[in-house]
Amino acid sequence: MVFMDTNRKTYVEDIERGIYDIKNEFRYSYKVKKGLTEEIVREISEKKNEPKWMTEFRLKSLDIYNKLGLPVWGPNIDDLDIENIVTYVKPNTDMKYSWEDVPEDIKETFTRLGIPEAEHKSLAGVGAQYDSEVVYHNLKDYLSMKGVIYTDMETAVREYEDIIKNHFMTVVPPSDHKFAALHGAVWSGGSFVYIPEGIQVDIPLQSYFRLNAPGAGQFEHTLIIVEKGAFLHFIEGCSAPKYSVNNLHAGCVELIVKEGARLRYSTIENWSKNMYNLNTKRALVEKDGTIEWVSGSFGSKVSMLYPMSILKGEGARAEFTGITFAGNGQYLDTGAKVVHAAPYTTSNINTKSISKDGGVAVYRGALVITENAHHCKSTVSCESLMLDNRSRSDTVPVMDIRNDEVDIGHEAKIGRISDEAIFYLMSRGISEEEARAMIVRGFVEPIAKELPLEYAVEMNNLIKLELEGTIG
Amino acid sequence: MIRSMIMENRLLSIKNLYVKVGDKEILKGLNLDINKGEVHVIMGPNGAGKSTLANILMGNPKYEITEGEIEFQGQIINDMKVDERAKLGMFLSFQYPEEIPGITLENFLRSAKMAIEDKPIKVIEFKKTLKEKMKLLEMKEEYAQRYLNEGFSGGEKKKSEILQLLILNPKLAILDETDSGLDVDAVKIVAKGVREHKSEENSIIIITHHNNLLEYLNPDHVHFLVDGRIIKSGDESLIDIVEKEGFEAIKN
Repeated sequence: MVFMDTNRKTYVEDIERGIYDIKNEFRYSYKVKKGLTEEIVREISEKKNEPKWMTEFRLKSLDIYNKLGLPVWGPNIDDLDIENIVTYVKPNTDMKYSWEDVPEDIKETFTRLGIPEAEHKSLAGVGAQYDSEVVYHNLKDYLSMKGVIYTDMETAVREYEDIIKNHFMTVVPPSDHKFAALHGAVWSGGSFVYIPEGIQVDIPLQSYFRLNAPGAGQFEHTLIIVEKGAFLHFIEGCSAPKYSVNNLHAGCVELIVKEGARLRYSTIENWSKNMYNLNTKRALVEKDGTIEWVSGSFGSKVSMLYPMSILKGEGARAEFTGITFAGNGQYLDTGAKVVHAAPYTTSNINTKSISKDGGVAVYRGALVITENAHHCKSTVSCESLMLDNRSRSDTVPVMDIRNDEVDIGHEAKIGRISDEAIFYLMSRGISEEEARAMIVRGFVEPIAKELPLEYAVEMNNLIKLELEGTIG
Repeated sequence: MIRSMIMENRLLSIKNLYVKVGDKEILKGLNLDINKGEVHVIMGPNGAGKSTLANILMGNPKYEITEGEIEFQGQIINDMKVDERAKLGMFLSFQYPEEIPGITLENFLRSAKMAIEDKPIKVIEFKKTLKEKMKLLEMKEEYAQRYLNEGFSGGEKKKSEILQLLILNPKLAILDETDSGLDVDAVKIVAKGVREHKSEENSIIIITHHNNLLEYLNPDHVHFLVDGRIIKSGDESLIDIVEKEGFEAIKN
């Protein structure tokens, strides 16, 4: 028995991602043609019955998109052809306020992903987007009574037009880069959150973005304003089933944290491996405010994601905790950017990455400290673990420090699982596979602790799936 | 009749063992028999092959057997995987225990215990045993919640090894230089732990090059390993000879 060959050759090209890969039949009530033209942009705006300023904003963004080139750094995205992407797919339903009213196949999808259950157990509100439109949105009454707003962006443009007009794409302008411009032109769906002064939202809000349509793009826009002294924990989840054609996600997240307010923004992106995830997230933090990012990047073919914190007011703080897991065929270029634009600001960046089966995980970060931002403090720590010789890991930290009165710490470590550590664990009766998983779980543990519980469990399952049968 | 009684009592039998690391041959025809309940000491100068013996017994893949056999409970284990050996009842206390971040000592030991016994274990009972054994080893309780060996001092790491020994309760414990680098008090505590483990069923191999630990444990057999071979075996009195006259005295 003990001499049995345990060398199971079960190297898997692409893991079975279970519930994430269950596709629904492609149903829609309306979609635009492939590609990107002025006609398509006008068509989207018209379908949404938007005010004129928004139509013009879209067209201006399209103009910028056409003028800007692709980034000259980072992963190769030549394979992504916007001419093959359908930018707008309206699902077969309008937005509902009760799950009962959501069409069965869509409801099933979100049920499998555990959304209604989480809403019932541990969330104060939920938004669920399917392809290009939000299909469900709800907020607990006690919060709306306090003046908390949580709705889809389309409703926000209609009902809170002044706020949106004043803030929409001001933190991330369309001119920021080509995909920000694309987003400005074809954005659809997403969430608007407004937390009035002094309100502490005790349990999280969660928006979930599901892209079911093959060859489509998802361009949801999230705008969150947390007023003076208020607190919010916002959770964002994303996934898509796998298709043989490329899908594109170019969402945009704008967070405004006012004086003394705190916003925690947790994300798990678990896209399928045909997804280009070119997402832009940015927070503007005023005096004594705090932004806390918790970011997990697991899926996608290519990711370029560098959440940015602009510490605009004195004493503002940014915390970033990130984990990236790149498997076969994945190039995940992720990191964090911080701009210290005021004195006494603090930032703390802590990231880990794992790469295996030829996957590439790159940490790309930027730390900018302006001339006037004296007495700033920043620590950056990036650790990478490569599980085999075919995988790659890089660290590209850029620093632009413009005054001397700052305290900066930077640490980067790239390593592999040592044979000695495996031998040690196995000598205690633990199998090689489990020993590896144990080391990997231990490596991500400090990050897992920061994730919402369901996501920590999801991450552990994912690690288990990714490591299963890779020994031998 | 007599032979079968001996066989029944035999735990480990090493026959004409040749082992290399890379291209270098370290063990060159080593023979050793260990019966149930016995304590054996292996002494020898640096580079004689003591740690190689410990590693090859546990199955470290860096070491390669080129000739000979290792028999454990009558079964040849030359090609057996490390975890399978642990499940059979072998244990190595490492000279330099690894630090494994992110997994607590308690969780790790529970996983190991479950793997070895191949059945679920009762958490409350386990916690109680763990607490007792930690107390015996004068380890602070909070160490159970610390990551495995991470940031432990040299002495704490060795205590952690002995704690693992007591929890996993193997039939054969190989202590590779467990006493090295320890102060007098720590040696006493480690010795107390090893004595706790000692029984009529359990055998122990103590690899050392000084007699710190031996003062507290009464070995049944003492072997001298020089240049990859055991050149002399005897009882405890051999230790005194080496102490007084050095290894050279025994070589002849």
